[in-house]
Amino acid sequence: MSSATLRNLSLAALVMLVASACERPPVDVVQHGYRGTGMDLVYNPRIEGPLAAANQAIPAVSPPAEPGGVPATAVYKNIQVLTDLNVAQLTRVMLAITAWVAPPGESCNYCHSGADLASDDNYRKVVSRQMLRMVRHLNSDWQSHVAGTGVTCYTCHRGNDVPQFVWYKDPGPLGASDMMGNRDGHNAPTSQIGYTALPSDPFEQFLANHPANVRVVATAALPDGNASSSIKTTEQTYALMMHISQALGVNCTYCHNTRSFTSWDSSSPQRAAAWYGIRMVRDVNENYLEPLTSTFPANRKGPLADVAKVNCQTCHQGVFKPLYGVSMLKDYPELSGAVHAAATTESADGKTPVASSH
Amino acid sequence: MAEYQNIFTRIQVRAPAYPGTPLPWQGIWKRSGKGFFSYWLGRFGDAQIGPLYLGTLGLASLLCGFIAFEIIGFNMLASVNWNWAQFIRQLPWLALEPPAPSNGLHLPPLNQGGWWLMAGFFMTSSLLLWWARMYRRARALGMGTHVAWAFAAAIWLCLVLGIIRPVLMGSFGEGVPFGIFPHLDWTAAFSIRYGNLFYNPFHMLSIAFLYGSALLFAMHGATILAVSRYGGDRELEQIVDRGTGGERAALFWRWTMGFNATVESIHRWAWWFAVLCPLVGGIGILLTGTVVDNWFLWAVKHGMAPAYPQVFPAVVDPATLPGAPQ
Repeated sequence: MSSATLRNLSLAALVMLVASACERPPVDVVQHGYRGTGMDLVYNPRIEGPLAAANQAIPAVSPPAEPGGVPATAVYKNIQVLTDLNVAQLTRVMLAITAWVAPPGESCNYCHSGADLASDDNYRKVVSRQMLRMVRHLNSDWQSHVAGTGVTCYTCHRGNDVPQFVWYKDPGPLGASDMMGNRDGHNAPTSQIGYTALPSDPFEQFLANHPANVRVVATAALPDGNASSSIKTTEQTYALMMHISQALGVNCTYCHNTRSFTSWDSSSPQRAAAWYGIRMVRDVNENYLEPLTSTFPANRKGPLADVAKVNCQTCHQGVFKPLYGVSMLKDYPELSGAVHAAATTESADGKTPVASSH
Repeated sequence: MAEYQNIFTRIQVRAPAYPGTPLPWQGIWKRSGKGFFSYWLGRFGDAQIGPLYLGTLGLASLLCGFIAFEIIGFNMLASVNWNWAQFIRQLPWLALEPPAPSNGLHLPPLNQGGWWLMAGFFMTSSLLLWWARMYRRARALGMGTHVAWAFAAAIWLCLVLGIIRPVLMGSFGEGVPFGIFPHLDWTAAFSIRYGNLFYNPFHMLSIAFLYGSALLFAMHGATILAVSRYGGDRELEQIVDRGTGGERAALFWRWTMGFNATVESIHRWAWWFAVLCPLVGGIGILLTGTVVDNWFLWAVKHGMAPAYPQVFPAVVDPATLPGAPQ
C-alpha cells in the first residue's frame, strides 16, 4: 500500500468522522457556571454567522396608531378577539399580519372572502383569529416564559404562511414488514434530535395531549421500589433535550450542571424558563392548534391528518432567544390586549367550543 | 541509528512452516491447512498463517455468532425497507432494539423484541462456546487457562449488561440495543437515568484499571522494545545469561522508581489490571438500579461529591411553586 493511498484513506476516515458527528474547531467557549464545573457555552462562529443574519432581519415598524377614535367594533362586524382596538389600530394589525404571514403578492383576500370582510368562509381567517387569541394569551398569561419581550405573529411566521419549523405526528420510518426491522421509534436520525440514534419523535410524547413526564432521574439515592422511568423513557427525555439544544443553539450546560442534570440548585435560571416553555408549548398545541383540526383543509395537515404543531424551534429558530430577544411586541401593543373573547368563541365548524384553560 | 528503530518488525526470519506439537488425542477434528506465509502480516506478527484447529466448539461458536450477526443485520436491513443503499448510509444509526419496558420478562413477539432476545441468546452461546474452546485449546497445549479466564471477565460484563441486570430489574427492556450509535446513546441514557455513573465507585475502579492497563501496556511494550537490541525480547538468552537485555530492563525501572517487576510478574500485573477492568465494571453495572438508584445523590450522601459556590441567582424547581402548571 503506497503512502499516498494510506494518506487518502486516513483523510477520508477523518472527513467521515468530522462530517458525521462533529463540527470543526475552533469554537468559541464562554464560561457560564462556577470555574471547574465545565459549565461552558460553546458557540461555533461558522454557524452563528448565518443564524445571526437570519434572526436579526426584523421588519420595519409601521407608524403607531393613535389611541381613541372610533372603536373597530363600531365599524366592522364579527370582531371577536381584537375588540378593544380602534379602527386605526385594527387596520395596522391587519396590515402587519399581511406583511408577516401572507405570501408575497397576497393581500387581504388571502384570508378574507372578497368584499365581505366579516365572512368566516375562508379557513385562514378562522385560523388567524385563533392565532391572535393565542398571541394575546401568550403575552398576558405566559410571561413566565416570554417575559416582557412577548411574541408577535412574526416570532414564528417570519414571512411564511406556515411557520418554517412545525411538526406533525410521525408515522414512523417505513418498515418492510411486520416481521422484522422494528425501529421502536429510534435510529432515524434527524436534525431535530441532533442526528443521534435517540427516539426521533419526542414531540408527540412530550409536547401534545397527555404528555409524558419529562423527569426520569431517580430523586433518591436508593431505589424506593416505585420507579416509573426506564432507560427507554430516559432516551425519550434525552431526545427532547437534544431538540431544545438544537432549537436554541445551546449545549446542555446552558441550563444544566451535567454532574447532576436533575438538581435545580446547580442549574442555571434558564432551566426554569425552559420548564415554563415546555408547558407553554403544550398549552399552544392542546388548546389552540389541535382544536383547529376540523378547520384546516387536508393539504395543510400531516400524514396522519393532524394539524401543524409547535415546538421550541418554531419560535427560537436556532437562537437562545427568538430574534435575539428583540421585542417586537413593544412596537405592536395591539397584540397584548385582553384575551376575554376566548371563552365565548367557537371553532370553525361552529360546534366545538374552544377551550381557554391554561 | 535507523537499523535500531524497531517499532515494526524489520527482519523476518523464514523457516519451513511448523504445524505445532501433535494433538494429545485424535478426535474427528484435525488441524486444517498446511500453513503459509504472509509478508505483510509478518510486519506485525508471525508471518506463518495456519494451520488452524476449528473443532466442534469452534464450529458451534462460529455458527451461533453467524446466526446472531444475521438476525441483527437483517433486522437493520428490514428497518430501512430492504434498501441496501440506505443500509450502508444509515448503518451507524441502525439497531435491533430490546423489548418495551412494559413487556417485563415475558417472551415478546418477534418484532417487539423477540428478535433481540434471540440474537442475544445466540451471541451469548457463541461467546460461551468460544470461551470453552479457548479453555480446551489451552489445556490441549498443556498451558494454564489464564486467557480463558481473562475472556470470562469480558463475558461477565457483557452478560451483566445484556441479561443478568435486566432480569434483576424485571424487564428485558433494560438491555442494550445491538447497534453502533444506539448502544452509545443507550450508555449515555443509562448514566443519566441513574444520576451519573461517574459517581459509581466501581465505575471509578474500572476506569482506573482501564487506564492502568493502557499505562502498563505502554511501559512493558516500550521497555522490552528498548532492550531488544540486547536480545531482551528473546527468552532463551534471558534464562542462561544474566546481564542481558532483560536485566537492563529491570535495572531501568529500579533506577527510575526504586522498584521493578520481574519478567514474570509484569505479566501478572497486566493480567490483573485487564481482568479487573470489566470485572469491577460489571459489579458497578449490576448495582445500578438494583441497589443504588442515583449515584450522584449516593455520592452526596457519603460526602464524595463536593459542593460548589452558587454563581446563579437561586433556582427553584418551578413544579414546586404554588399554582405552577403541571
